[in-house]
Amino acid sequence: MEPKTLFDKIWDRHVVESIEGGPDILYIDRHYIHEVTSPQAFTGLEKRGVQLMHPEKTVATADHNIPTKGQHLPIQEALSRVQVKTLTENCERHGVTLYGLNHPYNGIVHVIGTELGMSLPGMTMVCGDSHTSTHGAFGTIAFGIGTSEVEMVFASQCVLQPKPKKMRITIDGKLQKGVTSKDIILYVIAQISASGATGYFVEFAGEAIRALSMEARMTVCNMSIEMGARGGMIAPDEVTFAYLKGREFAPKGKEWDTALEQWKQLKTDEDAVFDKELAFSAQDIGPMITYGTNPGMGIAVDGNIPQLDSVPEKAQASFKKSLQYMDFEAGSALMGRPVDYVFLGSCTNGRIEDLRSFAAVVRGKQKAPNVTAWIVPGSQQVAKQAIAEGLDKILEEAGFELREPGCSACLAMNEDKIPEGKYAVSTSNRNFEGRQGPGARTMLASPLTAAAAAVTGKITNPAELV
Amino acid sequence: MSLPKFNILKSTCIPLPVENVDTDQIIPARFLKATSREGFGENLFRDWRYNKDQSPNTEFVLNNSTYSGSILVAGMNFGSGSSREHAAWALFDYGFRAVVSSFFADIFKNNALNNGLLPVQVSEAFLEKVLKAVQGHPETEVRIDLPQQLITLPDGSSEAFEINAYKKSCLLNGFDDIDFLLSKKDKIKEYELKTAMLYET
Ligand code: SF4
Repeated sequence: MEPKTLFDKIWDRHVVESIEGGPDILYIDRHYIHEVTSPQAFTGLEKRGVQLMHPEKTVATADHNIPTKGQHLPIQEALSRVQVKTLTENCERHGVTLYGLNHPYNGIVHVIGTELGMSLPGMTMVCGDSHTSTHGAFGTIAFGIGTSEVEMVFASQCVLQPKPKKMRITIDGKLQKGVTSKDIILYVIAQISASGATGYFVEFAGEAIRALSMEARMTVCNMSIEMGARGGMIAPDEVTFAYLKGREFAPKGKEWDTALEQWKQLKTDEDAVFDKELAFSAQDIGPMITYGTNPGMGIAVDGNIPQLDSVPEKAQASFKKSLQYMDFEAGSALMGRPVDYVFLGSCTNGRIEDLRSFAAVVRGKQKAPNVTAWIVPGSQQVAKQAIAEGLDKILEEAGFELREPGCSACLAMNEDKIPEGKYAVSTSNRNFEGRQGPGARTMLASPLTAAAAAVTGKITNPAELV
Repeated sequence: MSLPKFNILKSTCIPLPVENVDTDQIIPARFLKATSREGFGENLFRDWRYNKDQSPNTEFVLNNSTYSGSILVAGMNFGSGSSREHAAWALFDYGFRAVVSSFFADIFKNNALNNGLLPVQVSEAFLEKVLKAVQGHPETEVRIDLPQQLITLPDGSSEAFEINAYKKSCLLNGFDDIDFLLSKKDKIKEYELKTAMLYET
C-alpha cells in the first residue's frame, strides 16, 4: 500500500463523493456551534423547511458575547442578550444539546469540546469559528467554516471542501527555560508569515512537539490558522490517550479498548510525501511577543523590531501602517516598555495549565499598579479546577481576580474592551487593529510573558522570573 | 434558495492597496450581533471608514467620491483571520460583486463564493497593473468574465484566473451548495451505513 500521511488517512475515509473538477463531499463527525455564527444558518434551514440531519452530532455553547462578571444576571447588552436567547431557542427547537450560560459545562467552544472528551482522534470536526483548528491536537481534521457551511452541516452532515495541500512542520530539540508552546507557534508564524501556510493543512511533528502536554499542543494547533493554514494536527500518542481516558464523553470500557486500537494506527507512514516540509530547532526559540498588527509580526521578547529596510519593499507600506497604529518605531526594543493591560484567557491560553503557569509567576509578588489585568478561565470546569487548586487565592494575594469564563477580551464582543491607545499583553491569538477594542494595541505572548508583564508593569523576559 | 448569478461583470473599481486585510477590519466583531444576514454593508470597514467621532474619514477610499464601482481591488492575503461570513455579507451588501487580489485566505474565499461574491486571484504583477490603472484613471472599467475565467483591462491586457468547475457552474447558474448536498442525501446515508464509523455520538 502507498504510504499515506495522517491527514490523508482521515480525510480519505470521510469522503462521501468527489465531485469532478470540484470539491469533495466530506462527512463531518462532530459539529460545534456558538451564538454568533449560527443564527443565520438556523434561519436558512427553516426557510428551506429542512430538519437537522443529525442533531446529536452538533453541540452548542454560548461564549463569544457573554459577560465575564455577573453571569447569573440577565445579559445587560441588548443585542448580545438577543443573540444568546436566539441560540437557546434554536437549540430547543432543533434538539441540539446546549451548554449555555451557567451550565457547568459552559465555556469557550474549543475549550469545552476537548475537556469533555468530545474531540477524538480520527474525527472530522467543524465549527463556525476559525480556531476550530485547536482540536487537531488530538489527531483530528478540524477546521473553521462560514455560516453557509454551518447550514450545510445541519442539512446534510457534510461540507464541500477541496482537499488542501499537506505541509509538515518539524520542531526538534528541547525548549529553553521560560519558553512555551505559545512561543513555538508565534516563532513559526514569524518565520513563515501570516499567510505562509495558506492552502495547506499542517501536521506538527518532532521531539519538541511530542514533549508537549495535550493543552500545550492545543495552543500550537489553535494558532495554525494564524499562518493561513486550513488547520493543524498532531498525531495522537500516549499523551493523547492518557488525557482522554475517563473524560465525560470519551469511550468507556470495551469501546475504549476498540477505539484505542484504531487510534494507534493514526500516524503518518514513514515514506509518506508532503507537499511542503519545514523544520525548526527548539533551541532557537525564545519567549516571543508581537509588535505589529498581524500574528506574523513577532520577535523574541528581548529582540528589536525590524528595521524598515529589512522588510521587503512591497510590504513596507503595511509595515509602516502597523507600527503607526502601535506607535512603535522600527528598530526599537520592546523590553521595558510600560504595559497598561494584561489579558490571560481565550481558546489559545485559557486552560488550567495556563492559569497554573501564570499563578506560578505571580505567586508571592504583587500586580504592578499601572496594570489592569483580566484573568479569564476558558470554561466553567477550568474555573472550578482553578479554585479547587487554590489558584484563585494565589491570584488574589497577588492582587488579581479570577473572572467568569468566556471569550472576553480576545475579540471584545462583550464589555471587556481594551481602551483606545492602551497597550495590552494578551495570551489570545490575534493582534489585528481593533481586535481587543477600537484603537486597542495588542501584543501577543505566552502566559509566562503575560504574568511577567503583570507584576513588573512592563515588557519583561519571563526567563528572568521563572 | 438560490445564489445571486454571476456571469460577466464590467465595472469601475475601488482600490485598497493594503496587504493582509483581515476580516476584523472588513467587519469588526462588535457588529456581529445581528441574527439576520442583512444590513452589514453599513458597517463595512467601519473603523477605517469613520473617525472616532463617527464622522466619515475622508482619507479612506470608500469615502472618496473619485472611486466607485462593484469591484474591490485589494493587496495580498485578503480576508485573513476570523471565519465570519459576515465579512462576505458586508462586502456584498455594500455593493461589491468581485474582489481582486493576489492572494485570498481560504475560509474567506469559500464564504465569498457561497454568497455570489467572486474572488479573482491574479498575479502580483497584474494586481499592480490593475491598481495603477485604477488609481491613475478612476473611470477605468475592468471586465471580469467568469465563463472565460478572464479579467481584462481597457488596454486589452488580461489575465486568466482559476476557479473550480463546480463553483463556477454554481455561480453561473445561481445554484447553492445546500441544494446540491440535499440532492445527495441518499449517497450520504449510504456512506453512513457503509462506513463502520469509528465513534457513535
Ligand atoms: S477565545 Fe477568541 S479566538 Fe477563541 S473562540 Fe473565542 S473569540 Fe474565537
